[in-house]
Amino acid sequence: MILALLLIPVIAAVLSLIVRNDILRRIILIVTAVSHTAITITAWGVEPGTLWNGWLMLDKPGLLFLTITSVLFLACSFYAFGYLAGEARSKKQVFEEEAFFTNAPEAIFCACIEGFLATMTLVTVSQHFGLLWVAMEATTLASAPLIYFHRHHRSLEATWKYLLICSVGIALALLGNFFMVIAATKPASEGTAIVLNALIGQGHNLNIQWLKAAFLFFLVGYGTKMGLAPLHTWLPDAHSEAPSVISALLSGALLNCAFLGILRCYQVCSAAGEAQFCQGLLVLFGLISIGWAAIFILGQADYKRMLAYSSVEHVGILALGVGIGAGATFGAMLHAVNHSIAKAMLFMTAGNIIAIYKTKTTKDVRGILSVAPITGVLWIAGFLAISGIPPFGIFVSEFTIVKAMIEQGRIGIAVAFLGILAVVFVGMSAAFLNMAQGPKNNDLQVKDRPAIAFTILPPIALGAMALMFGLYIPPVVSDLLHSVASVIGGY
Amino acid sequence: MIFLVLTNLMLLGLSRLGACIRIVALQGVALGFLPLILNDWDMEVHLVLFSIVIISLKGIAFPWMLNRTLRELATQREIEPFIGYGISIIAGTIALVMCMWLSSRLPFPEPLMSPLIVPVAFFTIMSGLFLIISRKKALTQVLGYLVLENGIYAFGVALVGKQPMLVELGILLDIFVAVFVMGIAMFHINREFDHIDTDQLSRLRS
Repeated sequence: MILALLLIPVIAAVLSLIVRNDILRRIILIVTAVSHTAITITAWGVEPGTLWNGWLMLDKPGLLFLTITSVLFLACSFYAFGYLAGEARSKKQVFEEEAFFTNAPEAIFCACIEGFLATMTLVTVSQHFGLLWVAMEATTLASAPLIYFHRHHRSLEATWKYLLICSVGIALALLGNFFMVIAATKPASEGTAIVLNALIGQGHNLNIQWLKAAFLFFLVGYGTKMGLAPLHTWLPDAHSEAPSVISALLSGALLNCAFLGILRCYQVCSAAGEAQFCQGLLVLFGLISIGWAAIFILGQADYKRMLAYSSVEHVGILALGVGIGAGATFGAMLHAVNHSIAKAMLFMTAGNIIAIYKTKTTKDVRGILSVAPITGVLWIAGFLAISGIPPFGIFVSEFTIVKAMIEQGRIGIAVAFLGILAVVFVGMSAAFLNMAQGPKNNDLQVKDRPAIAFTILPPIALGAMALMFGLYIPPVVSDLLHSVASVIGGY
Repeated sequence: MIFLVLTNLMLLGLSRLGACIRIVALQGVALGFLPLILNDWDMEVHLVLFSIVIISLKGIAFPWMLNRTLRELATQREIEPFIGYGISIIAGTIALVMCMWLSSRLPFPEPLMSPLIVPVAFFTIMSGLFLIISRKKALTQVLGYLVLENGIYAFGVALVGKQPMLVELGILLDIFVAVFVMGIAMFHINREFDHIDTDQLSRLRS
């Protein structure tokens, strides 16, 4: 089953490069997404077997993150279908400057996005730390051409930063891998292979000093990829310059996968009795990220960059939640689900707004509600969802995290956390509401509207899911979230 | 191993991009022999095969790709780096001493195969990072990335010994593709901007 999950996107990627017909290629993309999601859902019922001496195995955290990735990819594939059709006919101009550009060939786009899915799947099923590293670096390489889909110098600059910063970061995680091997080596005997379960079983025998060093390097290495401040510098550029559907995938799926890398190392550390050391670091990085993002969200002039900084904020909340531990771990896992859904929805809606207004500048967009009512409602709903307003899921997960903080008596952190969230709320509400309301610009020509069903339905579906997780979490999902939380030292 | 140190110092002091590529190639070849040297020229199939793969990738394939990119580029030299060559070499020497001191204090579970290898590996990692942050040209940054990888790899060979073949090959494949993709990106940067100065890639802010 795992093999099928990995091979389907790879085969699809190869097919996309061979096939000459655009429509056929887009259909392949959707078929891939549907079958991948179908297999993932089957994996909820039937536990897939292990492969290669337990190197590849779908454990609970893997299953959770695989499901997030797969469902998002499904939504994105439908969106991409409409997006590619729209891109093929519209005139291409850099919004910020008077310059024209071309797109990368659609075959490369489709092949890379499918390869991206394959590498992210590999991240979620890898139990061997070396293999995990290989998969993580591969996600960077598969997604770099996607960021450079619009071939102009702004996206090129973003791609270069993404490639270099992430590659160097991940190289440091490789050093962390080696440290972990040393930690697992006992004098005058064969060392343990760095497979997750074997390491957890050997927990108390590991060399603590080297293990701590390994965690530091993992945190810095994969933290770069995950977008924890101050290592996040590639993130706003890449998210704002990539096509919106790619931003949705980067933000909703890739950041989570990188977080999974850190969680794997955290599992080993807590087996060795070093959970507190790691939690302190996670709380620190989490708070820095949330605060840093808040500063940049205030007065941000570009609405896609604003969404990108909001991603920095939310990965900070993920790290903070796991760092607090206990009940907050469940909250963090729920938050990973909620944030992915809400952020993907927002990025897709932002893509639709760009298609109508041809600008990414916040103040040039007015009156979405009267120009495109559905998009306007989605934009407002997305804003409410992402800032954690009650009927939506993020409220529940943030509330769970704050509750755990107060239960532990960490009032200071709770107050700081809520204060920063309030600042973010104020900063985002000004931008979002101004964009949605007001009279429409007179010189705006709304001629080529995007292919409606394909670009509107996926964000609506995601929005409905975001709402559902706020009102009712299905028992299957909450069971999985609880078992994931218990695996990483919470409940 | 002394050879590795020398290649690092030369990289810190050189301005011609072509020469830098050749030095990195030499370093790659030296690294390829490293597992053999550390195991007293023990001709095991696994080791020999692996050495051949490394030498052909790091010694031949990477320099070839980078050289091809270099020919397309408008520049041959690194002019005005952020940190001058003289200071770079001095900084390198200080870093070397620090690495020696640091690795003499690290507790290792097993006696090392060679006392020099850890400081040299750390020094190579440091040089790579230094090259990435102190130079302007995109090409030099890629070279810095390669040097960084070389250092991490040397560390791995020295301490970890035999990793599973699959993981090793996976790592090499990733680096190979990374250099390939970076090469293409550089080609595009050169075409779009007529230069590969990364300090002028600054249109995206805040």
